[in-house]
Amino acid sequence: MISFDAYRAQWLGNIRGDLLAGLVVALALIPEAIAFSIIAGVDPKVGLYASFSIALITAITGGRPGMISAATAATAVLMVTLVRDHGLQYLLAATVLAGLLQIAMGVLKLGFVMRYVSKSVMTGFVNALAILIFMAQLPELDPRAVTWITYALVAAGLAIIYLFPLLTTAIPSPLVTIVVLTALTVALGLDVRTVGDMGALPDTLPVFLIPDIPLNLETLRIIFPYSVAVAVVGLLESLMTQNIVDDLTDTKSNRNQECVGQGLANTATGFIGGRAGCAMIGQSIINVKSGGRGRLSCFVAGVFLLILVVGLGDLVSIIPMPALVAIMIMVSIGTFSWSSIRNLAVHPQSSSVVMIATVVTVVYTHNLAIGVLVGVLLSGIFFAGKIAQLFSVRSEISADGRVRTYTVEGQLFYGSVEDFMNAFDFKEAAERVVIDVTRAHIWDISSVQALDMAILKFRRDGAEVEVVGMNEATETLVDRLAIHDKPGAMDKLMGH
Amino acid sequence: MTAKIIALVDGSIYSESVCHHAAWIAERTQAPVELIHVLGRREAPGKTDLSGAIRLGARTRLMEELAELDAQRAKLVSHRGRAILEDARAIVDRDGVTEITTRLRQGDVVEAIGEIEGDARVIVVGKRGEAADFAKGHLGSNLERIVRAAHRPVFVAARAFKPIDSVLVAYDGGASAMKAVDHISRSPLFAGLAVTVATVGTETPEIRKGLADAQALLKAAGIDAETRIVAGQPETELGKLVDEGGFGMVVMGAYGHSRIRSLVIGSTTTEMVRSCKVPVVLMR
Repeated sequence: MISFDAYRAQWLGNIRGDLLAGLVVALALIPEAIAFSIIAGVDPKVGLYASFSIALITAITGGRPGMISAATAATAVLMVTLVRDHGLQYLLAATVLAGLLQIAMGVLKLGFVMRYVSKSVMTGFVNALAILIFMAQLPELDPRAVTWITYALVAAGLAIIYLFPLLTTAIPSPLVTIVVLTALTVALGLDVRTVGDMGALPDTLPVFLIPDIPLNLETLRIIFPYSVAVAVVGLLESLMTQNIVDDLTDTKSNRNQECVGQGLANTATGFIGGRAGCAMIGQSIINVKSGGRGRLSCFVAGVFLLILVVGLGDLVSIIPMPALVAIMIMVSIGTFSWSSIRNLAVHPQSSSVVMIATVVTVVYTHNLAIGVLVGVLLSGIFFAGKIAQLFSVRSEISADGRVRTYTVEGQLFYGSVEDFMNAFDFKEAAERVVIDVTRAHIWDISSVQALDMAILKFRRDGAEVEVVGMNEATETLVDRLAIHDKPGAMDKLMGH
Repeated sequence: MTAKIIALVDGSIYSESVCHHAAWIAERTQAPVELIHVLGRREAPGKTDLSGAIRLGARTRLMEELAELDAQRAKLVSHRGRAILEDARAIVDRDGVTEITTRLRQGDVVEAIGEIEGDARVIVVGKRGEAADFAKGHLGSNLERIVRAAHRPVFVAARAFKPIDSVLVAYDGGASAMKAVDHISRSPLFAGLAVTVATVGTETPEIRKGLADAQALLKAAGIDAETRIVAGQPETELGKLVDEGGFGMVVMGAYGHSRIRSLVIGSTTTEMVRSCKVPVVLMR
């Protein structure tokens, strides 16, 4: 726990910067909340309420000041089938359950598992997310559904977003984009889709409600898989964003507290009719870039967003979709790690394979959790492969030709067992065999069993076998698991 | 290894006095002095970019920008920090201390103390730092944070160093006050000083017994202590008592009450540190 003073400093340490950054970020929250509610198959207001409540609650309870959380793309793409098959009420229940799972993970201090997510997997995650966000814009650009005016407006929007900052960086260029494109559409009476066409916008402040679902095992069976996926993906993106913000601001933060904060936010959000969310990489970068460092900026972003959509709902509903598409393309481009493409040529091939596998899996399954799982497993296998190369066996025979000494060096585990066994010459009829493992480490059952097997084979050929130089950890493992030193050894080994 | 005396210097008007007081403690306890300057991280107003647009390689570029900004600032302040430490070392050296180390640290002062106080016997700080507004007589914002966070006695230096030959122990009946008395009885720092244990407030049997206990404890350590009970409000009477009695130093238990309570009724400790014009040793 941090002290009261430190917590207060996280709120009030950077008021001006946080206020301004919060306003800028709110503008980038709206498109993602709206666009991905539509993807998930619910009204924009479900995403907007969620963004408001998640931003507010993570600002208070989260572990990383300066990070922005709201209704995200990553969680939205997981909900599509749940909403389609069972409806909104089940989504709200799944959101609550996902929050509770996240709280449990935080309390159980599972934040440490992030250390197994390698740099390559993270890069893959970030790139996959950027691609998901971009792909989600494609329906709005479908030539069968829209006219050339849409393309022109998106292009104009992108031009404003990227060129306006050359003029001044005092006004958020996404805001200029929204204002200019809205004015253009209204003034010229252009026929493009607007936010209002996409479903209901919030017209009141959110109210407390309990999801209208039967409380039975059947319901649990339906929502549980979705809740787990949302909880895991939400925490992955949050903890990854936390890493990024940690690096950018050169400060440390508490992962487990972030898990609990995200969980509380999602739990509460389900009860006010919002969908699950998590931290947002792109918006957090925008926040830091705009000078946001404290908790206040996320809080302000949430409040400002609600004021904007509830108070100016009529105006928001006439914003043309191309404006939001342009902003989301900007977020997608800013999120993507472009240096990773250049690095494909430089980085070790195994890292590149892990990164690409993560991206491909996510784009195929639309589930970031599965992509990360694949990436982590691949990293593990590659790592095992590399460690297995740190293994060698030398052998020498005594002058009289009676004692054969094998010197084992390196890591002995399932990956190096084959090399280990191949190194022995069982056909040689030595009187005594010494296996020196002083500079080796025995890790697992495979390697203990291999050692057993080697010893028993030599014995079978009539040699005296001696194992020397086991270190303490190795010895414990061998004592517990090995059978060569127990009666009836050979029968047991062969019986398996 | 003997436990160190940690002296926090920040180049403010109090730093010189902090050095003298640290040297005085070092002379009496034969402990080495470690001078520490913490480079705070007040966010400098960098150039504001509210464009809200992120383009290709946004993260890498932002990282580079921020790192560059921090690097420039850090170079500047660490140069100054080293100069402050060198000045401080010269002062402590002139006062006759032989074992002096200096340390420059980044980050928050309270965090820094948490990391280095492990082998400290006492932490010496000035009443307020360079950022505090001197004219208002307010205590530095860091002082209370340091005292609340520290696990060692905190020696709050007065503005100027004066030789100390008598000490007033403010006894409020609390556990930390008794700890203070116990500390005095054992520490060579207080050997040979005239000790007075005083309570400000109404006389109750508990207070009287507490004072007697304190006196006995000190007696056992070979210190003849006087006891006094003065009627009135601690905040005002203690300062008066110090002035009238010509005490050179005050020792008291610190922040016995919860944070919430001190928000509502104000902290006696803070008030007393403020009103005393002599060094105050705060025991947690």
